[in-house]
Amino acid sequence: MPKLTVDGIEVEVPPGATVLQACEMAGKEIPRFCYHERLSIAGNCRMCLVELEKAPKPIASCAYPVADNMVVHTDTPTVRAARRGVMEFLLINHPLDCPICDQGGECDLQDQAMGYGFDHSRYAENKRAVKDKELGPLIKTSMNRCIHCTRCVRFATEVAGVPELGATGRGEQMEIGTYVEHALTSELSGNMIDLCPVGALTSKPYAFVARPWELVRTDGIDATDAVGSNIRIDSRGPQVLRILPRLNEAVNEEWISDKARFSVDGLTRRRLDRPWMREGGKLRPASWAEAFAAIAARASGLGGDRIAALAGDMADLESMVALRDLMAALGSGNIDCRQDGARIDASRRDFYLFNSTIAGIERADAALLIGTNPRREAAVLNSRLRKRWLAGRFPIGVIGEAADLTYGYEHLGDGPAALTALLDGSAAFLETLKAAKHPMVIVGQGALARPDGAAVLAAAWTVAREIGALSEEWHGFNMLHTAAARVGALDIGFLPHGDGRGRDGILAGCEQGDVDLVWLLGADEIPMERLGRAFVVYQGHHGDAGAKRADVILPGAAYVEKDGTWLNTEGRLQQGFRAVFPPGEAKEDWAIIRAASAVLGATLSYNDLAGVRARAAALGAGRLDAPVGGGCADLGGPSGDPRALATDAFASPVRDFYRTDPIGRASPTMAACAATVAAPEAVAAE
Amino acid sequence: MTDRASPAAAYEGGPDNFAFSEATRKLAEKQIAKYPEGKQASAVKGLLDLAMRQMEDETGSRWLPRAAMDHVAGILGMAPIRVYEVASFYTMFKTRPVGRHHLQVCTTTPCWLRGSDAVLAACRRAAGNVPDGTVSEDGEFSVEEVECLGACVNAPVLWVGDYFYEDLDGQATERILEALKRGEHPAPGSAKGRQTSAPEGGPTTLKEVPPHQPYRPDPPAPEPAAPQADAGE
Ligand code: SF4
Ligand code: FES
Ligand code: FES
Repeated sequence: MPKLTVDGIEVEVPPGATVLQACEMAGKEIPRFCYHERLSIAGNCRMCLVELEKAPKPIASCAYPVADNMVVHTDTPTVRAARRGVMEFLLINHPLDCPICDQGGECDLQDQAMGYGFDHSRYAENKRAVKDKELGPLIKTSMNRCIHCTRCVRFATEVAGVPELGATGRGEQMEIGTYVEHALTSELSGNMIDLCPVGALTSKPYAFVARPWELVRTDGIDATDAVGSNIRIDSRGPQVLRILPRLNEAVNEEWISDKARFSVDGLTRRRLDRPWMREGGKLRPASWAEAFAAIAARASGLGGDRIAALAGDMADLESMVALRDLMAALGSGNIDCRQDGARIDASRRDFYLFNSTIAGIERADAALLIGTNPRREAAVLNSRLRKRWLAGRFPIGVIGEAADLTYGYEHLGDGPAALTALLDGSAAFLETLKAAKHPMVIVGQGALARPDGAAVLAAAWTVAREIGALSEEWHGFNMLHTAAARVGALDIGFLPHGDGRGRDGILAGCEQGDVDLVWLLGADEIPMERLGRAFVVYQGHHGDAGAKRADVILPGAAYVEKDGTWLNTEGRLQQGFRAVFPPGEAKEDWAIIRAASAVLGATLSYNDLAGVRARAAALGAGRLDAPVGGGCADLGGPSGDPRALATDAFASPVRDFYRTDPIGRASPTMAACAATVAAPEAVAAE
Repeated sequence: MTDRASPAAAYEGGPDNFAFSEATRKLAEKQIAKYPEGKQASAVKGLLDLAMRQMEDETGSRWLPRAAMDHVAGILGMAPIRVYEVASFYTMFKTRPVGRHHLQVCTTTPCWLRGSDAVLAACRRAAGNVPDGTVSEDGEFSVEEVECLGACVNAPVLWVGDYFYEDLDGQATERILEALKRGEHPAPGSAKGRQTSAPEGGPTTLKEVPPHQPYRPDPPAPEPAAPQADAGE
């Protein structure tokens, strides 16, 4: 390990580190524009100059490898003069339009100009003018401001895996753009806005909405997919204005998907802000008391077996605990959280978790994807797979759709036949998997939400066992969920009890008139027409499919409007905080259920959040408190006959990445994105 | 200022399709074979040049439409944007149509001092005074000012196709352009008839043949002294 001295402080750094990293380890801050620890090194902004003894001139520390006995100075008159010079050059062509720039207040250039800029310009000539680029509905460009750090280019090429941005032209004429104008086709493109150190790339939907110092920041958890990305919710007054990623190395590093970031404008549209009830076939506004009374009237005298509940994909753990308890109190075992009908075996926790963990992907050395398109189902997780693939020697096999996943893979087949080939050893890819030390098998919901789902699940487990993916030290069986609520629901047993009905049974029961009352907790993704003549209570936040069918609507809170708990696909328990209050009369969901329970004569035992959480901990004992990751202790697989496979091809459950949930479906931005994907030319021509 | 299109945006008027001809493909394979396996992208500049030349054969204009860049990207397995970056970086790749003869006039200081203004004016006149970078109405000429062509000794210099025309003045330029227009191939090189870049009016030094110096090989290395038997005499 090389040792060097930075401003008199001795540091020891790993070999191959750069001088900039060494300076950081010594606690010295080095200004930078192009360097970013998650991107390749470009060394083109020169802001990070430091002085190195025995070197004839200042060096760009970000691109300079350390060597033993170096003596580095980060704060000498030479260094300061050099950085001032760089800053002056950077500002020559920069429009200095901070007052009308959205980056103002959180701009690296602005901040560093405070340290190294002059109070006036010596440049009297014309500045260059660059045409703004059209990059689609999410990113607004103002290319005069670009300082050519190429972070965005490197992000698109390396992390997002869509090499569409480039630096064309040269010298004075260099421009960042796509050359042939088109919208970026990445699900992660919003991260470029965060990366851009200046205001060249800013958020289009958020343009001129607020200044950063006006915002209140709240830590939250993204509920638009099952990755559980850590987010920062920025709000002003009653409204969430934007969502940004928070750093969590184990989950989302510092990225979030475009859906997580940009569906916020759906939060103010199509909201259910008061209770409604159906009268004479028409919905009319009602009071909470009326709504509860209507439910109680319908429920009175009903046997538990005629009542059912389905939990939706964004529900928080607390509300599902309350609903589960309410149903139990009403004597009903007809509850299910798998509104897509996935055949999940919840008898053991590692049957339904992403056991290798997301960070663990980087330890894996081979992967098999079954019936999943992680790019659409879990965009941020997909970027980990790509990161691992870029590092080399990571053979990937795909059974399912042969989509562009941003990394190379071997397509083994469309459907279960390829799985059978792996089971009976006739597929050559089996050897690749067997040769791997830490192989991963990733099963998507598309492979499970079908009649032979249980068989696919068992087959996938068998493959994992056969290739040695299950050991004390490594758990290579992974289920990739698409719903933020799912793992938590499975953990607390939001599943049919006794001889209760599951999702299919509930729907069939409604059709046949065996189930009379259905409580939908934000469940919008079921075929509503199959609910027959059942009395539907819809508890949720958006006027989506469920609300349309409902007989009583109980307005709830969206994921940013409540203190809630979500477990991501790894089984990681994370809590988000309330950023704003739910609109109008809407309430936090567990509280609604608690209030309803009193009217229904089945009063729940808790009446505060701590109480619900204690109840959750009791229900999920051994699951909610289990550590994330770890090896596989028991090789015995899920129930299901791995031979009973059907023949039809696997399809990803996510057809339209941008509109998988009621918030996304209400969001004009997401609609614009979906339209762009459908017809890229049309938008580029605008 | 003329309304010059940014080199950073694609020219949209090109052909929709482009593919290497059999002959070009063979040349391209040679280029690609120069680089080790996995580094084929290094051949991108060679292939782009081939593409421009094929365009010249097919259309009379040596330029690089987007379809050609995409074709090269496909052959080399590169993302198209990486090819656009290369093509737009080097000024020798013309990403917009040029005339049958693209006149590149050097106007850097040495050429300018030696009268490149007259050369440029003659070229512009021949092109019907259309703005630089656009093609004359008859499709014959397009004009572009370029930086030093590295032939300053023979300034001013005009570069057409694969040839340099040197030591020009207005009239010499006009003669060359007329010949080009007639489809002839005027002789490249100095318009003043000098031999390459040798002094005007003949040599000024080394005028006589220096006296013949016969080639003398190095004297043979001295033989190692033979032991003398009678040394002890
Ligand atoms: S647009 Fe922003 S991120 Fe991209 S090169 Fe310019 S300054 Fe850097
Ligand atoms: S940060 Fe080192 S050159 Fe840009
Ligand atoms: S200045 Fe014209 S060739 Fe050098």
